Amino acid sequence: MLIQRASDVPSSEITSENLYHNRREFIKTASAVLGIAAAGTIIPGCAPGVGAFAEPQARKPSPYDVPATEKQTPYEDITTYNNYYEFGIDKGDPAKNSKNFKPKPWTVKVDGMCNKPGSYAFDDLIKGLTVEDRIYRMRCVEAWSMVIPWQGIPLADLIKKLEPAPSAKYVEFKTLVDPNQYPEQRRSFFKVLDWPYIEGLRLDEATNPLALFATGIYGKPLPNQNGAPLRLVTPWKYGFKGVKAIVSIRFTDKQPVNTWQQQAPQEYGFYANVNPNVDHPRWSQARERRIGEFFKRPTLMFNGYSEQVAQMYSGLDLRKSF
Amino acid sequence: MIKAERKRDSAQPKLMPNRWWIFKPVVFLLCLVPAVWLLYDTLTGGLSANPLEDIRDRTGIWTLRFLMFTLSVTPVRRMIGWTSLIRFRRMLGLFAFFYGFLHFATYVWLDQYFAWGEILKDVFLKRPFIISGFISFVLMIPLAMTSTRKWIARLGGSRWQMVHRLIYFSTAVGVLHYYWRVKSDIQRPVAYAALLALLLGYRGWHAFRQHRSQGAAEMKAV
Repeated sequence: MLIQRASDVPSSEITSENLYHNRREFIKTASAVLGIAAAGTIIPGCAPGVGAFAEPQARKPSPYDVPATEKQTPYEDITTYNNYYEFGIDKGDPAKNSKNFKPKPWTVKVDGMCNKPGSYAFDDLIKGLTVEDRIYRMRCVEAWSMVIPWQGIPLADLIKKLEPAPSAKYVEFKTLVDPNQYPEQRRSFFKVLDWPYIEGLRLDEATNPLALFATGIYGKPLPNQNGAPLRLVTPWKYGFKGVKAIVSIRFTDKQPVNTWQQQAPQEYGFYANVNPNVDHPRWSQARERRIGEFFKRPTLMFNGYSEQVAQMYSGLDLRKSF
Repeated sequence: MIKAERKRDSAQPKLMPNRWWIFKPVVFLLCLVPAVWLLYDTLTGGLSANPLEDIRDRTGIWTLRFLMFTLSVTPVRRMIGWTSLIRFRRMLGLFAFFYGFLHFATYVWLDQYFAWGEILKDVFLKRPFIISGFISFVLMIPLAMTSTRKWIARLGGSRWQMVHRLIYFSTAVGVLHYYWRVKSDIQRPVAYAALLALLLGYRGWHAFRQHRSQGAAEMKAV
């Protein structure tokens, strides 16, 4: 498994031109700001490179892609800077501690208010559904952001296939519990979170055309540290909604209590819509740092996806339902 | 107890003839290692995809560590009886201020890039996380300023000591700042809080014993 995965990702692609370009640009800006003129010249591998990014695979543009003016975050950054507490609390831990994680074989349990409950092997779950390309912004609640070229199944298609009952109003997702594979789940003292990690969406949110069950990044299988084999992507919400390594999908009529809401209800809500006007109690959400950039940029309402999602929240007080 | 300690103190020069000055440059260079290491990582791309956050976090944690080192001097000195250790306290304290300043500068300069509106909002409104860091730093300023011999003389020993007890508050608020920084991974901030409790607890215990033995001595004298 591991070997196969390694060959899937040639090192030439991991360490892309773009990465060097990006890092160099950051260091250039940083050193200019710091007044360290020499920095740019002493860094190895920083000869002026090609700015254009060579795509690893031909991809189909989607109407939901972010404009091409927003540069895609390099593969290495997306796969080495992760919040995935099951693997560890530091950003580098998931990449380090997920090397032996087994995303295959994979079973997803579907239950609750739907006509097609059961245990689905990964391939059966996505059988008949089309994997699409989507370049989305991702905004973390910690005020950093990325632009990620995902591959995945529109969640709406999967939900249609599972035939939710009319009584179902919400859908709840759970991450795998397996202390053998997740070091943090072995900890009994100072547990970081209650496992399993739970997230939920209103059914209309889950069937919004933006919602995606991601299976890949940059045309490669989803890396373990990014939530292999299956993770939720809801680009208008903060990143923590993106529940990873999903093993359970449950349809319900009650609003699920997601993990972070349970952890700190005054800080994290059910909706978690990106909103520059509602600050996290401990830090501002007005601006964000795009990974690879030096200066912060203003955060956009619904992370720039108002057109697609704003109507779902028209009757809602977003200060209260944060 | 006190007598014994004094005896040990006065016996010190024989065991350890004033060689502390040899160690001073060594300790000074050791104190610089985290800064040099950070600079090296920054310039060689050794930081994560979010380098500013790394710089902010690392200068922050080293500030807290140096505050703890500084607070450890007195207990360790009393426990192992190596009085000369006191000669390093000022240096350690000034390094705490040095890393605190780098941390503060990182926030104002690299992180916020002098967005004063945002900074003022952070510091003076509703953000205990930032306020606590700011207070911890501000409390260190008078300590750094009055760290010279001249100032000790100007203030007089006991008044100087009173002022320098501000370090207890600076460190406590600093630990709180760290606690508010993390999301749910409170293990490390709690470890720092426990260490601080130990260091301050030792002082309390020592003062109490001293007070009691003094009282006993007075009783005997009467």
